[in-house]
Formats: sequence, structure tokens, C-alpha cells
Amino acid sequence: MKIVVLAKHVPDATGERGFASDGTVDRASSAGLLSELDEYAVEQALQIADDHDDVEVVIISVGPPAAADAIKRALQMGASAAIHISDEAIHGSDALASSLVLAEAVKKAAPDLVICGMASTDGTMGVIPAMIAERLGWPAATLGATLSVSEDRLTIRRDTDVASVTIEAPMPAIVSVTDQSGEARYPSMKGILAAKKKPVESWTLADLGIEQTAVGLDAAWSKVLQTTPRPPKEPGRLVVDQDGTGSVAVVEFLTTGKYV
Amino acid sequence: MSEVLIVAEQVDSHVSKPALELLTLARRLGDPAAVVFGEIDETVAKTLGEYGATRVLFAADSALADYLVAPKAEALAQIAASVEPVAILISSTPEGKEIAGRLAVKLQSGLITDATDITADGVTTQSVFAGNWTVTASVTHGVPVVTLKPNAITPELAPTEPAVAQVEVTISDVAKTARIVSSEPKQSSGRPELTEAAVVVSGGRGTGGDFAAIEELADQLGGAVGASRAAVDAGWYPYAYQIGQTGKTVSPQLYIAAGISGAIQHRAGMQTSKAIVAVNKDAEAPIFALADLGVVGDLHKVLEGVISEIKKRRM
Repeated sequence: MKIVVLAKHVPDATGERGFASDGTVDRASSAGLLSELDEYAVEQALQIADDHDDVEVVIISVGPPAAADAIKRALQMGASAAIHISDEAIHGSDALASSLVLAEAVKKAAPDLVICGMASTDGTMGVIPAMIAERLGWPAATLGATLSVSEDRLTIRRDTDVASVTIEAPMPAIVSVTDQSGEARYPSMKGILAAKKKPVESWTLADLGIEQTAVGLDAAWSKVLQTTPRPPKEPGRLVVDQDGTGSVAVVEFLTTGKYV
Repeated sequence: MSEVLIVAEQVDSHVSKPALELLTLARRLGDPAAVVFGEIDETVAKTLGEYGATRVLFAADSALADYLVAPKAEALAQIAASVEPVAILISSTPEGKEIAGRLAVKLQSGLITDATDITADGVTTQSVFAGNWTVTASVTHGVPVVTLKPNAITPELAPTEPAVAQVEVTISDVAKTARIVSSEPKQSSGRPELTEAAVVVSGGRGTGGDFAAIEELADQLGGAVGASRAAVDAGWYPYAYQIGQTGKTVSPQLYIAAGISGAIQHRAGMQTSKAIVAVNKDAEAPIFALADLGVVGDLHKVLEGVISEIKKRRM
């Protein structure tokens, strides 16, 4: 079985994030890393590989040269190989163009199963798996809290607000898994050493048969007009609780705000 | 006047509150036509009319309920082809966003998700990077497909008598693959819906797994209970109550964070709350930077003191 995991290199959410002058996410001024939510996808793929014979886990990442860091991390965790799609024309692509590039890449890689994280930690749209499925005409079973596969079928359990839902789909298919699916493993020393020898292929738009003008900022079907940092919050009142002064302060706050 | 399609979700034969918010926003752009998946009864159409729907279109193919979103996206694309709307507004729920993504591909439309507002000119507002930035944007190609975050605005009445019609849709076999094989309903907490509550009381790692004081304070304030990811990961509270990047986004009048340090992932889910109270024993916890009132102390002692004082006043 061949599993593709789609992995995104994103700005570190714990650092300062912002925008470049063209309204795209600033990827240059802060350190990037493998999107935390994609680590869960890698983990699920590796668990399937642990439990079944002859499973190959291939990472596909679209991003500038720095995205090699995210790929490296996934390989260190245990993925078998990777494909890095990098092309300057992709810069500034919207979800439509991104899903086009990824769908063509999936088609070329021809896996039995594609596993994605539930959303990226920067764009946070959570639409890419559905859009790839739409383009490929593949089943999409998204937001799995659990994932299991048999020969040609997969099953996920999705927890919604009102129900726990079981979903089945034939393969090839695309799934996304949530942060409830199981903690992602840390790379072992052996994994880190092994990753250095794992193959990473480089693909461009030409390899995927996509015109340069079909993607990127100029081809985007939505336009960012303005980006404004949130004004810093006025410092609030800080009370160190001593013999109930904390409770008194909270009750006062609730009373003043008419919450009680 | 031109029409705006909105997708109105039904919950137990009632119109969901986010649908009423969509209608309110849609009226800025044109005449709202509400699409409902499944059979509807009179009260649903009447409620949609009260909030300004001039048309109610429902599709009742069984595939709409038996499979994940693909059939709904197909149905909506077919309805859009006949209505020719100026925009399509959908709620920013996991399902709503996936329908929107598929629809954007089908219609060759620009897509904006998680907007908190939209103007008459179709300019959207989004809160991004954990609420640290505000972005305005607009769709520049095709019929704009926009998803709007629930609870960002207050629904406003605009009574009309909607024309109600069932629409025939054709669902392809390709859309009928991710099949819902079972659904186990969850028990309701009896508290207000987390994303709609005016008051949210949340517990984190600092609770040590004891949510009794959190729940009691929430009940005293008529609020909902939330939990940080650390508390959910520890198995102390169900995932449905998780607040943060990978859980719910809430924006209540009052947010009380107890024993929550305030990691960026959590702040992403509550930063836009109107007032924030934080109780944490660590004076350096980042949550205090957001708090209108911060209390450094043992959360159980502090909350129990608050609960007993509220009870005393009510006697």
C-alpha cells in the first residue's frame, strides 16, 4: 500500500507571525516548521505502516526551499520518501490553486490513500482535503479521530458536537485526521540518521503539467485588501489572592459587569 | 433585486442560529434565498421568512444525509446554476467549509472562509493568526463563496412571506462514496451551546481534572463550560468542549479561564472575548496579558469563594 501524507511548512505559531507587503503570509522573517496538525497525519500513516506489511509512506510538500525542513522532520519521524514541489510561480496561491497543485501531485504519485492534517496552522481553512477530493473525484473522509484501513476500504470515526459518527469509504481515498487521533511520535536518533539517506524528489509545475499562470498571487480568485495587527490590549488588573481577596475581586468584576 | 444563496442548517427540525445570522448578512447583498437539505416543515420556512428569506428551496434526496458533504455540494451547485446568485454564504462549520471548498471548485469561484463580517460590496473581515491580525479581502472571480463564523453577528428580524419550493437534484455516484454507516448521539450537557453562550467558564491543566467548580460557576452564571487542549488531552473533559485552534472559537461577553496558561493555540479560540478573567497560580502565565482581571492563586479556592459569594447574594 502506498500512502501519501500532505505536509505543510508553516511559520511557527508561537513566534511573531505577520504579512509580507503583497498580503501573503510572511514566511521569511520567522522560523518555519512542519505544521503541528500535519504531524498527526504523519503519525497515522506510520501507524498503518507499523501494523501492515509493505506500506510505503511518501510525504508531499508544496513550498519554497525552506519547506525542506518540514519534509526532513516527517522523514525523521519515519516516512519512507518525499516529494518537494517548489516553483516560484506558486507563491501567493489561493486554496483553489493550492488544491490544483496538490491534486495533480497526488495523481502523479498514485497512492492508495492520502492522509492530511485537519487544517494548516497558518491558513486554518481546513478545505484542502475536500477540494483535492473534488478535483480527483475521490472519496473524502475528513476529520477522523480514528482511522483504520483494510485491503481496499477505510473507516474513520468523527466526533461532532452532537454525535460520534462512523464513516466508511473505498480506496483510493483522501482522509484528514484531527489532533485527537493520537500523539505524534518524536524522531528517534535512529530515525534522524536514517532520514539523511531517504530520497527526496523535486517536482516543479512543469512536472505536473500545470501552467505557471494558473497559480500564484495573480491567479488568485480572492484578494487581500488590508492586513491590520490587533491593537495591544490595555493591561488589566492583577490581584494576588490572599485570604480570599481573589474571590472578592472576581465577584466585584462580575457585579460591575452585571454578570450576576 | 439579485439573490444571495445561503445554506440553512436544520437541527432537529429547527433552523440553526447561524442560519439566521447568514440571512441577516445576506440581506446586505441582495434577496436571501435559503437552501435547506432534507424535508422541511412549516415552522422552518416560517422562521427563515422572519429573518428575511424571500425564497426557501429544499432538496430531499436521501444521499444528502447518507454521505459526507459531496452530495450537498453537488446539490448546491445545481441550485446555484438555476438561481444565479450574486453570492453564496455558508456557515463556517467543518461541514460548511468543506461544502464551500467543493463548491468553489465546481463553480470556478473564489473562496473566503471564516469571515466574521461581510459588507454590501462583498468585502469580508477575518481574524487570523490566533486573532492577532485582522484581514479584509474580497472575491475577484466567479460567484463569491464565503463562509461566515457562527456568532459573529446578532440575527435581525426582517419578516417576509417566503415562497417555498422543493428542488430536484441529481446526485452522481462519485459523490456517494464516503458513507455514514452509524451515528451515536451524544448526551447533551443541558448548558448553553458553547459557541453561543454569553458566558464561558473554562478549565485547563490547573484543574487537576476536577471540573466541579468550573461547572458550578458556569451554572451560576448561566454559562457554558469549556476546556483547554491540555485538559482534553488528559481525558478530563470531552473534545467537543475544547477551545482553541483545533477546537471551538468562542467570543462571549465574559470568558473565565481557570488554570489555563494561555498558549497561543488556546488564545486563538478565545482572544476576541469581550471581557476576560483569568485565575492561575503562575503569575507569569501568558493568559494574564489578555485578562481584564487576573487572579494569581489556587483556582479551586478562588472559584469556590466566588460561587459561595454569588449564592449568598442570591439568598
